[in-house]
Amino acid sequence: MRIRNRYSRIIINALLIISGFLVALPFIWMLLSSLKTDREVLQIPPTIFPENPTFQHFVDLFLNLDFGTYLMNTLIIVFFSMIGLLLNTMAGYGFGKYNFKGKEIVFAVVLITMMIPGQVTMIPTYLVLNQMGLTNTMPGIILPGLIVAFNIFLIRQFMHTIPDGLIEAARLDGAGEFYIFFKLIIPLSKPILAVQVILTFIASWNSFIWPLIVANDDGLYTLSVGLSLLQDQNVTNYGLQMAGAAFMVVPILVVFIIFQKYVIEGFNVGGMKE
Amino acid sequence: MNSFKMKITPFLFILPAVILLTIFTFLPIIISLVISFTDMDLVGLGNLSSVQFVGVENFVRLFQDEVFLQSMGNTFFYVVIGVPLAVSTSFIIALALSNVSNWMSNTFRVIFYMPSITNIVAIAVVWGFLYNEEYGLFNYILSLVNIDAVPWLNDILIAKISLIILAVWKSNGVSMLIFLAAIQSIPKTYYEAAEIDGANWWHKLTKITIPSVSFATFFVIVTTLIGWLQFFEEPFVMTEGGPLNGTNSIALFIYQEGFQYNEFGYGAAASFVLFVIVIIATAIQFKLRKKENL
Repeated sequence: MRIRNRYSRIIINALLIISGFLVALPFIWMLLSSLKTDREVLQIPPTIFPENPTFQHFVDLFLNLDFGTYLMNTLIIVFFSMIGLLLNTMAGYGFGKYNFKGKEIVFAVVLITMMIPGQVTMIPTYLVLNQMGLTNTMPGIILPGLIVAFNIFLIRQFMHTIPDGLIEAARLDGAGEFYIFFKLIIPLSKPILAVQVILTFIASWNSFIWPLIVANDDGLYTLSVGLSLLQDQNVTNYGLQMAGAAFMVVPILVVFIIFQKYVIEGFNVGGMKE
Repeated sequence: MNSFKMKITPFLFILPAVILLTIFTFLPIIISLVISFTDMDLVGLGNLSSVQFVGVENFVRLFQDEVFLQSMGNTFFYVVIGVPLAVSTSFIIALALSNVSNWMSNTFRVIFYMPSITNIVAIAVVWGFLYNEEYGLFNYILSLVNIDAVPWLNDILIAKISLIILAVWKSNGVSMLIFLAAIQSIPKTYYEAAEIDGANWWHKLTKITIPSVSFATFFVIVTTLIGWLQFFEEPFVMTEGGPLNGTNSIALFIYQEGFQYNEFGYGAAASFVLFVIVIIATAIQFKLRKKENL
């Protein structure tokens, strides 16, 4: 819908700018406060810009707290989530491009897991990990979230757009099945994989509940679990809290702003037919 | 390639994912169903033979448990206020974005989407500071216009509303993008034809835009409703269900029973109640949608 009236356009622009500012306000306040000294951050009335900007809180995260370890653990989880994405892609290809006995039943299992609320499986998944002796271990944190049924489903849908003839031609040329997958299918799937890589990175970087449930030692904590611990232990040290939050949020925002074009284009459900 | 190899290949592709999914998601669904009829707890975890079937006792107990009933009431409150608020504001933002220059639209959709990709603990840390009664920015701004300090997270009713504001802020980005894509795919000629017929903006909005995006609206309402029925992270990180269970939700209740009190069977029973509620709510949505289309 296009509104042509000049005054209404000015009003719309003004409203957007105001509401955009309000939405961004928590981020702005987080960044400004993270650079303030302990005393200044609690000052009433608050200063808007830090009087003596300091990076001390960020230094403290690494020197006095274990944020180095938390960062390492988070990066390990991010790395394995990418392997999980590869497994999701393989499964999506398997379901989309092969015919085999029992395919419908196995795919139905995938769809069922997609529809069940996370809270239903939270307790029993913990019991399963406990039986396998994986509680308080890195595999225990990584394995339950590795496969995402919804991603298998999306990738399978995408595979339908790749012509079978292309795969047949590669087979006639004598290419092996895995060679076809890695050299032909993955490059052709770039549009959907680009979105998936970004969303998987964001989801694994942000993962919180599962690491919290499974990890007991702080040697296994991720950034989000460590940040939650920091919040409990430094209740009024808001400068430090804001620095910890900024350290979690800024890398994600940077990644997102660089690649946002791919993510945002993935949201057209209008293309989905009823 | 021989036929044995051709038979085995598909399984090489799907099995790694299917096995992991079976162990960590599908099997747990079945376990959940089974233990919801038992008294499984921490003792039972150490010695499985001591676990006993208790029939529907867990379910009977749930509906006599005041904390659970309160959590259900709170969840209902979140849904009734949160869903209309989230759907309408994301639609209005999308509508505004479709009426400004490309540069404005591209910049602001990124800003509105940012909260959706922000870590929930970081959100809790920042909003906990903003909502702080003494040092928070919100109460300071209110004090400038002579409004008394608001107990954002310490009053049963206000705390629920504070969490709703936070959740709408966090979740609007995705719905906004879905609406925006739908609005932008409406052919311009519809509006041009309407203008020739002398339609004003209200006619265009109600007769062209809203009907044209009805599938996106349906999609957003269903996913938003399911999301709010499972409202969990916000009360978990902001209030832990307090004050006096005033912000507790069904999903948080399940977590507390499972991981704070180690009442695995009881928690699993609650999770099935939630599941049934989600299914019923979704089924009603689809029914209504069908009726509309007839």
